[in-house]
Amino acid sequence: MSEETLMIDPPVESAPAQAPGALPRLLAGILPDGAMSLDEHFAVHGQAPVPARRRERRSESPLIERIERAGLRGHGGAGFPTATKLRAVAASRKRAIVVVNAAEGEPASLKDRTLMQTLPHLVLDGAQLAAQAVGADELIVCVCETARASVEASAHAISERLGMPLDSARMRLTAVPGNYVAGQEAALVNCLNGGPAIPTFTPPMVFEQGVRRRPTLVANAETLAHVALIARHGPEWFRQLGTASQPGSALVTLSGALAHPGVYEIEHGASLQSLIDAAGGMLANPRALLVGGYGGSWIGGEFLRGVALSDEHLAPHGASLGAGVVLLLSQDACPVAETARATRWMAEQSAGQCGPCVNGLDSIAAAVQEIAEGHAQRNATQRIERLAALVHRRGACGHPDGTARFVTSALNAFALEFADHARRGHCEGCARPGELPLPVHRPAGAPAHEPTLPR
Amino acid sequence: MSPRVRVNPIACEAHGMCAELLPERISLDEWGYPIVDSEPLTPAVLDHARRAAQACPTFALLLTRDRD
Repeated sequence: MSEETLMIDPPVESAPAQAPGALPRLLAGILPDGAMSLDEHFAVHGQAPVPARRRERRSESPLIERIERAGLRGHGGAGFPTATKLRAVAASRKRAIVVVNAAEGEPASLKDRTLMQTLPHLVLDGAQLAAQAVGADELIVCVCETARASVEASAHAISERLGMPLDSARMRLTAVPGNYVAGQEAALVNCLNGGPAIPTFTPPMVFEQGVRRRPTLVANAETLAHVALIARHGPEWFRQLGTASQPGSALVTLSGALAHPGVYEIEHGASLQSLIDAAGGMLANPRALLVGGYGGSWIGGEFLRGVALSDEHLAPHGASLGAGVVLLLSQDACPVAETARATRWMAEQSAGQCGPCVNGLDSIAAAVQEIAEGHAQRNATQRIERLAALVHRRGACGHPDGTARFVTSALNAFALEFADHARRGHCEGCARPGELPLPVHRPAGAPAHEPTLPR
Repeated sequence: MSPRVRVNPIACEAHGMCAELLPERISLDEWGYPIVDSEPLTPAVLDHARRAAQACPTFALLLTRDRD
């Protein structure tokens, strides 16, 4: 248990003048290219709050309570309350480990690698503060090995902080495989323990027994960057942006036929249109929106005018912001072919461990492909819906659930297109190159898995 | 609190013994993997559930108690 804690009042003069709560927050002072150095980082954000001795040994770190009042939830996709997670790790008597999760195996998401590449010190600040709050003396920064610039910037940032008195946890960097499920927290812990980057059966949960059997906080890189700012400015400041149920800002990866696709910081609840405007507008009318990535949901083009980017606004569409993937599909693309390709890729990304996932996702991908090619059996869409329900919650991780959600949302959003393909097969758009980003080669660490039949 | 049945999907190899020994709570999908009703076990089926868990060749069937 750590004896370090935070002073409640950070030195005001170290914070730069800025409209209270305004955007950009995380992306303040971002450089056109390259990473922000430690000195530049402190010039923009001020020093991190100074740890002071905690009066009572067993009392909780005030930072956890501030994060709770801020209402911060994880930005890795699941949206779990960050304070609850910190508290679970802090409650253990054993010394904890903090893992910074920038594995980002979702091909349509770039925000965590961008954060590590451009603003590594904001993440490392938050990680050190979280380490103090949970009583961790070791911090492992996990960055996707395919994101070379992010790995290099992270390594340099860690070296810049050597000997910094406020950093109480020693840091090391690990480049982790780029397969889709590598970022799932048990998979990441499995990888750090010398195993493959694939999920394990829980319990034990990683907050009880994680890296080297020690209680482990696995936190998304962006989430920790928010922690760094909440520690400086407090929960009231954090709540000046966003909605009551989802306060604060979020990084989103915006892609599609836009003037300037890329990573943006939005206020939760911002309209899709305002994000499109910030990216210089659409180059062509969008046909549909994919929110949350390949474990997320399609929203049909007819709804796009009214879409706002928060979980409460997206819930009526069966969607949530997840890790912030916002992808606009163009009118020329074939949504059936796009869905078929991405579903096949997701089936291949199964770790191959759980029967319902291995067999179910393969069957779903095959059925979608048959519809796309026009030789599906009758009731093929009903079969997909039945299979999607069948795999739900039957894997060791959420991979089958996410893939099922993605496919069923496609059946909803593109009902006409699916019916058309089932009757007539390929359309003009089918021949176009795919718009959904998919890694061409299967990344190392993600071997191909043939579906297995029971003996 | 009564225990519930749970499957470790990584360990499960679709032998199907559980569905034979505990049909009240377990059926098999089209690939032979168990679909489990995870409602708390009633006293009437508790012994059958224990026997099914013991019979699983890969120890993939678990009886779990809620932790409060």
